[in-house]
Amino acid sequence: MRIWLEKQRHLIDFTLASLARRKTKNIGLLLAYTLLVFVLASLTLFTQALRTEATFVLAGSPEVILQRMVAGRHDLIPPGYLDKIGRIRGVQKTEGRLWGYYYDPVVKANYTFMARPAEEIADGHIMVGNALARERGLALHNTISFRSYAGKLFSFEVSGVLSPDSELLSADLVLLSENDFRKFFEYPAGHYTDIALSVANPQEVRTVAAKLSSALPDSRPILREEVLRTYQSVFDWREGIVLTVLAGAILAFAILAWEKASGLSAEEKREIGILKAIGWETGDVIRMKTWEGLLISLTAFLLGFIAAYVHVFHFGAAVFEPVLKGWSVLYPKFTLVPAVDGLQIATLFFFTVFPYTAAVLVPIWRAAITDPDAVMR
Amino acid sequence: MIELSSIKKAFNQGQPNEYWALHGIDLTVEAGKVTAFRGPSGSGKTTLLTIVGCLSRPTHGRVRFKGEDISGLPERFLTDIRRQSFGFVFQQFNLIKGLSALENVILPAFPTGRPRAELVAAAGELFDQLKLGHRSAAKVEWLSGGEQQRVAIARALINNPEVIIADEPTANLDTALSREFMAILEGFTAAGKTVLLTSHDPLVVESSAVHRVVGMRDGRLVDG
Repeated sequence: MRIWLEKQRHLIDFTLASLARRKTKNIGLLLAYTLLVFVLASLTLFTQALRTEATFVLAGSPEVILQRMVAGRHDLIPPGYLDKIGRIRGVQKTEGRLWGYYYDPVVKANYTFMARPAEEIADGHIMVGNALARERGLALHNTISFRSYAGKLFSFEVSGVLSPDSELLSADLVLLSENDFRKFFEYPAGHYTDIALSVANPQEVRTVAAKLSSALPDSRPILREEVLRTYQSVFDWREGIVLTVLAGAILAFAILAWEKASGLSAEEKREIGILKAIGWETGDVIRMKTWEGLLISLTAFLLGFIAAYVHVFHFGAAVFEPVLKGWSVLYPKFTLVPAVDGLQIATLFFFTVFPYTAAVLVPIWRAAITDPDAVMR
Repeated sequence: MIELSSIKKAFNQGQPNEYWALHGIDLTVEAGKVTAFRGPSGSGKTTLLTIVGCLSRPTHGRVRFKGEDISGLPERFLTDIRRQSFGFVFQQFNLIKGLSALENVILPAFPTGRPRAELVAAAGELFDQLKLGHRSAAKVEWLSGGEQQRVAIARALINNPEVIIADEPTANLDTALSREFMAILEGFTAAGKTVLLTSHDPLVVESSAVHRVVGMRDGRLVDG
């Protein structure tokens, strides 16, 4: 065992010395390789963190949301629906929700207005999302006016700015009292935007949804897991867009790596001949080159991955942010909670380290089985 | 120590450019002596040395090393024998550029798994014997022809082989350096090593350091 370890140490020493001899070529390759890993790792880390963030934030949202449909479009919930739902087994709480969109011409952005119970927000007051507050320069106790769709001007006092922790989902949110909401949007009394239902047992969510569908055939229940899945799909789709854009760069690197790895120079072939002549076995040469491939690809993987981690979790993925977070006027500003998925690292590792190491081996094996007497001729 | 019987060697056998480099060589090489193979280019000297040194196998015939038939051994075993028992000094020296003299010298010992400190110490002793201690850290391409050859000699000796094989060792050296090489050669025999070399340099084949000269022409022995 000790001899084996010592042998591997010698092979690594020789590999490092060999790499240092072709410094420019190898540093260039390492940089290109690192950049590729950096881009791919940034992409996967960022989207994974967003998915985790979305799951985390949605954990607090209701299990089922019931929307009424008219001609296939979302319509208001008329009075009496809450009573119609009545007591469905497994439903802990039902709540009529009021929310809508408002376009603010000042910052050319859409806000989400949402009514909260009177005990949370008093009439004439609002709580705003962090991005909105930033964009409109709002602080506590400032007054802000919005012109309603009916042309009336409403003034509100800011009684709170929502915690930056929830900024991913609350960036453009305006919370106001039910009275203010109904007045501002001229919302008919007794009507709601949708109904939120809390279901204690996750196993029962689908049963509750089925019961709702049969009790209120003109309504559709939206499950939290469906919302989550939609988020995941959106992030997947965006990740796909970036990957498509990057496909050219990935291909270019693949060609570069293949060329470097598969094409042995005359000098390298001569060296392999010398090593064999002075007593190295074919296996030693292959092991040495395997170390070379592993050292380059592992170094590139580690450097690229660490750089990507810093880029995503300390600099907010500045490079990919616009594409991956979505196109918006009010960008949420938030620090992602570092979330690293083992399977994802393994996948990235497999697709970056393994092909390069394998590409190195084929030509080496061909060169390594040549007769050692070639150096004497 | 080394017995060759009916050795024949063909290159590109069965192809239109088939070429027979050796046509039935019978020879016994004595241990602890210097044997020189003399002959014009293409006479088969180098091919014979590659067969003796386990760098290639004969097409026909048997090679016995210390009584054991090694001509039919698989590559792995031949490599083991080559590493343990033979040291090579090539005509072009065949050092690996970009590495220091020391790194070049310890290369043949890497597959043995000997600790690096031990190898460096052994290389240091060889450098001292060959008066090359001050150049051990220098890259080999910075060394003079004579120094490069001494590095190649040190490399041949690092595994303490019983047999040294040198192909045209003085072909790239001037007279002074060639004499220096012959002096080193005498040191080998004093240490009990067997030396096989090829040369058509009179300075080598007529030297008192050489115990036996074997003539070759067209793949056959012509005198001995």
